[in-house]
Amino acid sequence: MTDSAVADTRRLNSKPQDLTDAYGPPSNFLEIDVHEPQIVGVGRNRYTTYGVRMRTNLPIFKLKDSCVRRRYSDFEWLKNELERDSKIVVPPLPGKALKRQLPFRGDEGLFDENFIEQRRVGLEQFINRIAGHPLAQNERCLHMFLQDESIDRNYIPGKTIQAAAPEPSTYISTSRH
Amino acid sequence: MSFFSFGQSAEIDVVLNDAETRKKAEHKTEDGKKDKYFLFYDGETVSGKVNVTLKNPGKRLEHQGIKIEFVGQIELYYDKGNHHEFVSLVKDLARPGEMTQSQTFDFEFTHVEKPYESYTGQNAEKRMIRRLNDITKELDIVVHTLSTYPELNSSIKMEVGIEDCLHIEFEYNKSKYHLKDVIVGKIYFLLVRIKIKHMEIDIIKRETTGTGPSVYHENDTIAKYEIMDGAPVRGESIPIRLFLAGYDLTPTMRDINKKFSVRYYLNLVLIDEEERRYFKQQEITLWRKGDVVRKSMSHQAAIASQRFEGSAASESALEKAAKEESG
Repeated sequence: MTDSAVADTRRLNSKPQDLTDAYGPPSNFLEIDVHEPQIVGVGRNRYTTYGVRMRTNLPIFKLKDSCVRRRYSDFEWLKNELERDSKIVVPPLPGKALKRQLPFRGDEGLFDENFIEQRRVGLEQFINRIAGHPLAQNERCLHMFLQDESIDRNYIPGKTIQAAAPEPSTYISTSRH
Repeated sequence: MSFFSFGQSAEIDVVLNDAETRKKAEHKTEDGKKDKYFLFYDGETVSGKVNVTLKNPGKRLEHQGIKIEFVGQIELYYDKGNHHEFVSLVKDLARPGEMTQSQTFDFEFTHVEKPYESYTGQNAEKRMIRRLNDITKELDIVVHTLSTYPELNSSIKMEVGIEDCLHIEFEYNKSKYHLKDVIVGKIYFLLVRIKIKHMEIDIIKRETTGTGPSVYHENDTIAKYEIMDGAPVRGESIPIRLFLAGYDLTPTMRDINKKFSVRYYLNLVLIDEEERRYFKQQEITLWRKGDVVRKSMSHQAAIASQRFEGSAASESALEKAAKEESG
């Protein structure tokens, strides 16, 4: 039995890294911009839409570059779908701002520039947080929100198709957040 | 509580014979304080003297007997009334009668068994005490259980992941580590589709008390050690080098007297840019290595053979012991 006074702390042997892996683009590229707010409609039926542009190289998303227009209630719809069907803790949306919908305000209400900008930032943070979550990426509602022209509210909720049944013992656990 | 005749009382003092030379070990008490106690190993003899000093010399002291007990006990904090004794030896020092002057009694517990290491935790405590009756005086000692290098000590190597998101292979050089050992390992990234911000390895102590339906676990994160800062890509290997001597660890204790266990786990944690945590826990076995066990054993053998003074055998035994120490 060898009893060396100093422990052997040399690194374990490891495979050398392939240079295309080391210097190539990372496999985790995912960027979503919420931008270009536009006011649609006239008079009291006006509402704001935002451009949601996604660029990614994750294979789970069908399109590597997509751009759709969404309004606040679409984001609410997505939040509700995920809260019901997925196990993740869904981050909060920026506020509903009901007070801004009341008449006789000093400012532009829902169409105030600063308000729209604040909301835009909040929506961008919201969607980026969710889209990067491995469990959310399995939900059809997320893919429809990000990449379909319009949201079909009568869709059949469910998971995206998985390649093979996972083996529980080989899994890393994630926290729900 | 006094059983004695009016006006007389005594003070008791317990002194070990090898108090000068015996090593002391630091040990945490129930209230978190660290104190030093005499350190004993399994099989060692516990011997000493009990001094009974009369407070009023000249007056008689009637007593119901004087004895000394060597006790090893387990106390579970949620069940404080019950002390489970796993070792209990009693020696009578004096029969019931009376004392007129202060006296000293010798005692010896020869090669007494000390099967379990002393442990103070969240929920359980194990210690060896000696006490006398009538007026009691307790002397706590600490016991360490030593082991030698395990014969089988395979490395831990495993591939884990989340389908299509994150695949890693982790490796730790051993499954059993002694308390001053170094964990040498590596994390190899096979697939990285999430945005990792950093990675750390935690040492978790889990204390389990109770049996059957009333099992209770208490987890404590002893250490958090960051091993990577930044985003890895496929093919990268991150080395791990974690020195255990810097942390407050005890040996792994499995099912002590069927009352409690203390087990240790390595928790590998990856944190992504949205503060999501991905983790994989793996149990490791910790054991206590003797400091100079080999040396002292051959030295003791040499001294034992010296009883046959002047013999060639004892001279060569001492020489051999000296060589082993310097070699």
